[in-house]
This record gives sequence, structure tokens and C-alpha cells, in this order.
Amino acid sequence: MELFFNPFDNLVCILLGISLTVWFTLLLVFIIVPAIFGVSFGIRRLYMKTLLKLFEWATLRIERGAKENNHHLHKPYSNAIIAKEPTSLEEEIKEIRRSGSNKDLDSASEFEMSDIFYFARRGVASIMDDEVTKRFSAEELESWNLLTRSNNNFHYISLRLTVLWGLGLVFRYSFLLPLRVTLAFTGVGLLVFLTCVIGLLPNGRLKNFLSEKVHLMCYRICVRALTAIITYHDSENKPKKGGICVANHTSPIDVIILASDGCYAMVGQIHGGLMGVIQRSMVKACPHIWFERSEVKDRHLVAKRLSDHLEVKTKLPILIFPEGTCINNTSVMMFKKGSFEIGGTVYPVAIKYDPRFGDAFWNSSKFGMVSYLLRMMSSWAIVCSVWYLPPMSREEDEDAVQFANRVKAAIARQGGLVDLLWDGGLKRGKVKETFKEEQQKLYSKMLVGTQEDRSRS
Amino acid sequence: MGSRASTLLREEEIEEIKKETGFSHSQITRLYSRFTSLDKGENGTLSREDFQRIPELAINPLGDRIINAFFPEGEDQVNFRGFMRTLAHFRPIEDNEKSKNAAVSEPLNSRTNKLLFAFQLYDLDRDDKISRDELLQVLRMMVGVNISDEQLGSIADRTIQEADTNGDNSISFNEFIKVLEKVDVEQKMSIRFLH
Repeated sequence: MELFFNPFDNLVCILLGISLTVWFTLLLVFIIVPAIFGVSFGIRRLYMKTLLKLFEWATLRIERGAKENNHHLHKPYSNAIIAKEPTSLEEEIKEIRRSGSNKDLDSASEFEMSDIFYFARRGVASIMDDEVTKRFSAEELESWNLLTRSNNNFHYISLRLTVLWGLGLVFRYSFLLPLRVTLAFTGVGLLVFLTCVIGLLPNGRLKNFLSEKVHLMCYRICVRALTAIITYHDSENKPKKGGICVANHTSPIDVIILASDGCYAMVGQIHGGLMGVIQRSMVKACPHIWFERSEVKDRHLVAKRLSDHLEVKTKLPILIFPEGTCINNTSVMMFKKGSFEIGGTVYPVAIKYDPRFGDAFWNSSKFGMVSYLLRMMSSWAIVCSVWYLPPMSREEDEDAVQFANRVKAAIARQGGLVDLLWDGGLKRGKVKETFKEEQQKLYSKMLVGTQEDRSRS
Repeated sequence: MGSRASTLLREEEIEEIKKETGFSHSQITRLYSRFTSLDKGENGTLSREDFQRIPELAINPLGDRIINAFFPEGEDQVNFRGFMRTLAHFRPIEDNEKSKNAAVSEPLNSRTNKLLFAFQLYDLDRDDKISRDELLQVLRMMVGVNISDEQLGSIADRTIQEADTNGDNSISFNEFIKVLEKVDVEQKMSIRFLH
């Protein structure tokens, strides 16, 4: 019995050894070395083009299949379901009253029972479709991308398509996923190790130079770990030292995407666990701004530390996400004014993901960080475009809120996103009572205003 | 793996809802998507909290009354059928429906049913009458703190005076219909679908 196992064992060991060596050599040559030098072989773009062709074919097959079986296809409501009337409260109520009034318009009544129609219709319309709640869940796709997680037409599939999907599954989970996980560990491990080493050097030009190189290299490895295919536009507007970089937020990956093309000082809360280890070692090499959980509430402290950082003109630009939370990349929500009060030049950046290859939005109420990363690494790829917008500064006659809205509008316009005034905090919290009070005030003016006219006449 | 529409709507159900509410097939599937996205508990029904999570509804002064219209007396959960039945009140009246014969039971989006929906927003205790108190309470919801009790009281008195024809100091549904007979209810209480 022993003789039977031994040569078999040896064979297995040898094969394992060889394949691992080959694996790591390939990894090194095709991925890690180019990452160090910032060069690309173009493999990922080729991959992307092939995938696109595949998706088109898949969609055609589903549509054909649905027609043959006479089923209705579920079309995602990426656009609005209902027609929204952009008229104001006053205009609409006046219109309702005008249509029902048999009195002449001069003696306008103060209250009509029909006024309630306005509120009823508005209310029910918002139940059918509202601008805010759909921003906190993943965007629905027009065509299928061979991932079950984004498919609502799963029933109407032909055999060929199922086989293709199966192959895709095998490819993604048995080849791409291990590859990416290996790269991720390599990237993070190198980051922690090298930044600790650099931290031992005395502060000076050499340290800064090395720190920049190390950060860039490790982030590039992480980018490849996600198979992220990023197109940078207008790189001449890249954020410079002493400025603030502001971007729309969709997922924690945003940081990796921006930081692999430039060096930033990050701002954030210190976490425990692995994140904490990474954060603590990063700050040894280069001055990032990490806050303790208790300090986050203290707005003055936060503002002071940020402006202190900006004072030193040789320090790296600060990277901030003013929305404060992850939004699903179809819109830009309210920018918190804190980052716009501290002065300095603001460099807006717009990030738009292409959802066909993998949905990058982190729905933190549905997925924890680890399951999110696993989902990312088992998608086809993360494809996105980054636009560096020209720098903006606060003008004389505008306050922080107006400035924030101006920057937000520019980012929304460039990225093709909807510009919303609603607060991203509505993901978890309730809307403030003041908005309801505004509506009540507007309506009261209609009732009381006419009474004043009456008493005058 | 979990496809999002794991409890897909069956074709028979869609047909039933179509007959009952008059919505088209694609409108029903879209509203079903909407229903499931509001249903955070994923148990096939909506509670009042699920509605209150919609910011645009939360800032509507009559938001709570509108939410209440979805829940039948004493119940705290509404399923998809009930959801659609209530939304059907706001379906626009198509031209070919106006000439339908009265043998067919009245569609949910008829003028009378639209007026009934509005009437029930005022009628807090569901006793088919709008009393002075109820009118005052609803007015208070609409104006907030901006108008004094006396002013609001006189507005309520005037409104009841104009509408009340049988002298019981409250507004019945028929009196309500009479007051609003000239208003373009069909248009003002309808929501147009884009598809």
C-alpha cells in the first residue's frame, strides 16, 4: 500500500511545485512589474472589448428567446416611471381652484376643499417613484452581463446562454478570483511592510520621494487586483500640493482608483482590525489625517486639523468625499459644507463607473466589507472613467454652501449624474422636520395672504 | 446567488391585477419592482415605516393621511394587491373608458372613486362624514403653526357653511361631490405614466 502512494505523492508534489512557480512568474512578469513602473500591456482593455461583444450577444439571445416564448421582458426602470410636474405649490393649487371656481378670479377664496388634491397627488406620485430612495441601491442594467446578481430575466434563457454563463462562472471563480486575492494580499502586504520601513527614515526629501513611489506602486497592484480598467481624462488638472481634492463617492474603491494616479493625504476615521493596521503604517511614511472616533463629532477640531495641513504648502493634497456616504453612482447628493469652509483651492474630480462589468456601489446595509470585496473580485472587471475638473475657489460673495453646490453641479455635469439637493444621510436617517414646515408655510401664505387682501378691500 | 426578484410575480396574478386596476402589464411589473424595493423587511408586505422612509412623502404635510389610505381599518401591513388597488385611484381616465356602460362595476379610477379617496383623507374616523373637528385637524396638518386657532376655526366654519345643505353641521360624501362638481378631478387626481 505504501509503495502505491509514494510515487503518486511525489508526482503531485512536483506538479504542484511547478504550477505554483509558473503561476507566480506569470504574475510577476505580467502584473507586478508593470505595476511598479506604471506601464500596461493592454491585456485588460482587450479583455474588456471581448466582454462587451459577449454581453451584446447575450442580450440579443434573451430578447429573441423572450419573443419566441411570448413572454414579457422585465425592462428596468432606469428612467422615471411617471411624469413629474415641475410646478410649484402655489401655481398648482391656483390651477385647481381656477378649474372649479364659479366665482370670478378677483374674490379668490382662502381655502377650497379641492386644495387637498395637490398634496394627495404629490404624495402618491412620490410613493410610485421618488428621487432619493433609488439612489441607495444598485443601478439596474439595460442588458444582461452574465452575472446572476444583476439579472431579472433569468427564466428566459437558451441552452447556449446557460452554458456560457456556466463557463463564465467557472472562469471568474476558479481563475480570476484566486488571482485577484493573491494580488490583493501582495499589494496590501507590500504597502504595510514598505511604509513601515520608510517610516524609519528621517523626515526629508528622500523619505517623501520613496513614500510616493511606494504608495503608487502598491495602489497599482491593488488596481490590478480588482481588474480595474480606468480612463483618466484631463490629467493636466490633477490636484496639486496644498489643495483639496473633492470627488463623488460610490465605494471604498474610489480611494484606490484616485490614489493609483497621484499621491493624496487621506482623511478618515481610524478603524480597528486590518484596516487599522494599514492606516497606522501608512501614516508612518506620509502624513495622512486620521481621526479617532470621538474626534469625528467635533467639527472645529476636524476643520482645524485640515486647515493646519493645508497651511504647509508642501504637503500632499487632501482627498475628501463630501457626500459622506456611498451613493449608487447615478446621482450626486448634497455636499457637506465642512470641506468647503477651510479655504484652499478645490480640485473637483468626477468618477463614473460602467455598471456593465461589475457594480461597484457598496450597499453597506446589505453587504459587509468582506462580502463586498469578494463580490468585486468575482465580477468581470471594474471599469470607470475619472475626470479631473479645473480647480475652483470660493468667490467673494458666496458662502460655503453655495460654493459646495457649485462644485457639486460641475461634478454632476461632467460625470453625467443627476444633481440632487437631498442629503446622502437619508440612507440611514430621517429627513428634517424643517422641510415639512417649509411646505406648510408656503401653503399658509396662500390662505392668509388672501385674507389680508380681503380685509383691505 | 439571489436574484433580486426572487418572488417574481406570476402571470395569473398580473392578469388579475390588470382586470381589477386597469394598469398595463409593464406598469404592473414596474410598480412591483418599486414595491419590492420599498419592502425592506422582504416579507411581501409594506408597513407604515416603509412608506415613511420616502423623504418626499415624509415632508408632505398630509403624508401620514396618505399612508393611512393604504391600510384598511385596523391593519398594519399592506400586500401588493392592496398597494395596487390604492394606486389605481390615480390612474388617468382613458377616453374609451368614459363611454363604458354602467353594467361593468365602477373602475377604481372613476371620478367618483377619486373624489372618495380625497374625501377619506379628510374623514379621520371613517364615519362617512367630515365633522368640523376633522376639518380643523386636517387644516392644522396642512398649515402647521403658521395660522392661529381662531383664523383656522373661521375658515372651517365658512367651508362647512358653504358645503352643508342638510344642516347637520358636517359634510357628507354627496355634499362633498356637489361642492367639487366643477373641478377637473380627472386631471388633478391622476398621475401620468411614461410608458
